[in-house]
Amino acid sequence: MNRLPDDYIVPLDRWIQSSIHWLVDEWRPLFQALRWPIAKVLDGVSDGFELVPFWLVILGFFALGWLIVNIRTGLLAAASFTAIAFLGLWDEAMISLSILATAVVFCVLIGVPLGILSGRSDRFWSILRPILDIMQTTPSFVYLVPVVMLFGIGTVPGVIATIVFSMPPIIRLTNLGLRQVPADAIEAGEAFGATEWQALTRIRLPLALPSIMAGLNQTLLMAMVMSVIIAMIGAEGLGLTVLRGIGSLDVGLAGIGGLAIVLMAITLDRITQGLGQPSRPSDGASPSLWRRFRQSRQP
Amino acid sequence: MTTKLEISQLYKVYGTRPDEAMTLIDQGVHPSDILARTGQVAAVMDASFSVKEGEIFTIMGLSGSGKSTLVRCLNRLIEPTRGSVSIDGEDILAKSRADLRGIRRTKISMVFQNFALLPHRTVMDNVQFGLSLRGENVEASRAKTLEVLEQVGLSDWANHYPDNLSGGMKQRVGLARALASDPDILLMDEPFSALDPLIRDELQQELLKLQRDIKKTIVFITHDFLEAVKLSDHLAVMRDGRFVQIGTPQQIVLSPVDDYVRNFAKEMDRSRILTAGMLARAIATVTVPAGATVKQAQQQLRNAERRHGAMIDNAGIMLSMVSADALATAPKADLASDHLPVPNFATRPADCLLADLYPLFAGNQPVVINAQDGTHLALLEAADVLQILSGVNGAEKSISSPPVDTEKKALTT
Repeated sequence: MNRLPDDYIVPLDRWIQSSIHWLVDEWRPLFQALRWPIAKVLDGVSDGFELVPFWLVILGFFALGWLIVNIRTGLLAAASFTAIAFLGLWDEAMISLSILATAVVFCVLIGVPLGILSGRSDRFWSILRPILDIMQTTPSFVYLVPVVMLFGIGTVPGVIATIVFSMPPIIRLTNLGLRQVPADAIEAGEAFGATEWQALTRIRLPLALPSIMAGLNQTLLMAMVMSVIIAMIGAEGLGLTVLRGIGSLDVGLAGIGGLAIVLMAITLDRITQGLGQPSRPSDGASPSLWRRFRQSRQP
Repeated sequence: MTTKLEISQLYKVYGTRPDEAMTLIDQGVHPSDILARTGQVAAVMDASFSVKEGEIFTIMGLSGSGKSTLVRCLNRLIEPTRGSVSIDGEDILAKSRADLRGIRRTKISMVFQNFALLPHRTVMDNVQFGLSLRGENVEASRAKTLEVLEQVGLSDWANHYPDNLSGGMKQRVGLARALASDPDILLMDEPFSALDPLIRDELQQELLKLQRDIKKTIVFITHDFLEAVKLSDHLAVMRDGRFVQIGTPQQIVLSPVDDYVRNFAKEMDRSRILTAGMLARAIATVTVPAGATVKQAQQQLRNAERRHGAMIDNAGIMLSMVSADALATAPKADLASDHLPVPNFATRPADCLLADLYPLFAGNQPVVINAQDGTHLALLEAADVLQILSGVNGAEKSISSPPVDTEKKALTT
């Protein structure tokens, strides 16, 4: 045999396993506590989608698209969700949407502050960056094992895996946005006596906003990608439809599941891209409803 | 006028070991050697000056001379290494961060070379920026904001975004923002350097016009010598982190301390700096009393080697002009007042610029220069002006010496 003798092989696999076991045994209450806020938000969101009739959701996305981007995006959103309704996947789509919304909310709540800290402190960023690199290069399947061991199976652990997988972009782009704020704007704030907090909320964050919104967009798309994968640990939604289709060699079922995911992804991508556009009238072409409203209010 | 801003022996060294550099500076080592030996950059060395209330003090220097560093030391955007800065007698360097913020919000504000406007806010909100940082009531500060926008002529642009404005307009917004918090002191860091020449000229004029109403104490930074001369009451020329010369623009143009300053001064059109009053003091003017005879008048003119003289009364008011030509054929014993030339001369006040006298010499007649109180100062011939502008006879020495106060602002009009 042309390899290292077995006696020399480092038993890293066993070490990892025993440390995960240790984590599970000793820290289980903590991880169960972590589930709680996520489960609450998820339940709230999915209950909300259940209460609202499907046509109102379609109308809501039409309004959202029009409000944030333009009427064409509004129509696209309405068409996509109407198509999903006609595919007979409405319930699954709403669960996926709830998972997505929950994951994105937590990504923003955790990711933006981390991004701000990274943007302010080179030391913090030098610690965080390799962690983000590991998070992004680790294959998404690999997340599933520790997540299942720590949190169990089901939709909530699926959301947790999604959060972990899709958080890096918003941290990175918040950090980048803050670092790209022109030095003279910051100096002007200082010269006029802005406190740290004022400089952050009135200069840095507004000027970094397009970049943060691009991060949000990326995070959302990563979460979308994850929605199929988390079906393997029992998360419900469109991913499960696809998985079931593949499992029973039902190409049709897998196909419409995939189609619904694509439609939803395109719609959400277009709408969140609109968030990143500067909110001032520059090109004048087909302005969003919000922009028209603001313009009309100007004396 | 009281002293508003007093800077004494200010030093700024960039780097991690400023003490080492300071020791070398004290030994008189040149900054480039200090950089080579210690890696520290001595940006400002031994800067001392004071600015009176309502005065424009300009610091002029080429890029890298340390002028932008120096102006940032005044509001501590950059911490000076050594020295003192005081506003109204209060030491700024001893202030806590919170006190310093208060000073920046109310007493001292700044205009930047690249405008540094916030692109996500309208013109209105940009101007209101300083007021909003102070936490002032939105409605109350709106009135103040509209007032300063009116002052800089941008009332119609209040709801536009900076991106839609030209460079000149952006800097008006920058100026309005600085004025909105009603500071005592304005720091202007090359505010017009990024603008094209015509707009720059326009804004210079407007700043001077505005300054007549608002009477702020202004520290103005520029690399443009002509701009410095045009705007300032006092002017400091800076080179390699040190002041080379401080003085009024007239003093610097007329008696530069070394070749470096002389090189800048050379570019300057002296006729736009020198006033008739300054020249009047430098020449031998002939004043003939009202009761003088022809002979006495001729004698006086001959002694002074001049062709024209002024006949004045006891109060020093000019009654008429006497000329050698008109007296030449007159009987010696007559009163000079009986033999006056045709009165076709022009009269100008003492603060008239020499450049503005040129057209008056067309008729080969002298120009009468009166002091502010109406008393006669001198009769200027075209030759007098030419002589002073060509700089012969060392005549400029006698001009550049004080007092210059009365004509100080003349060159700006």
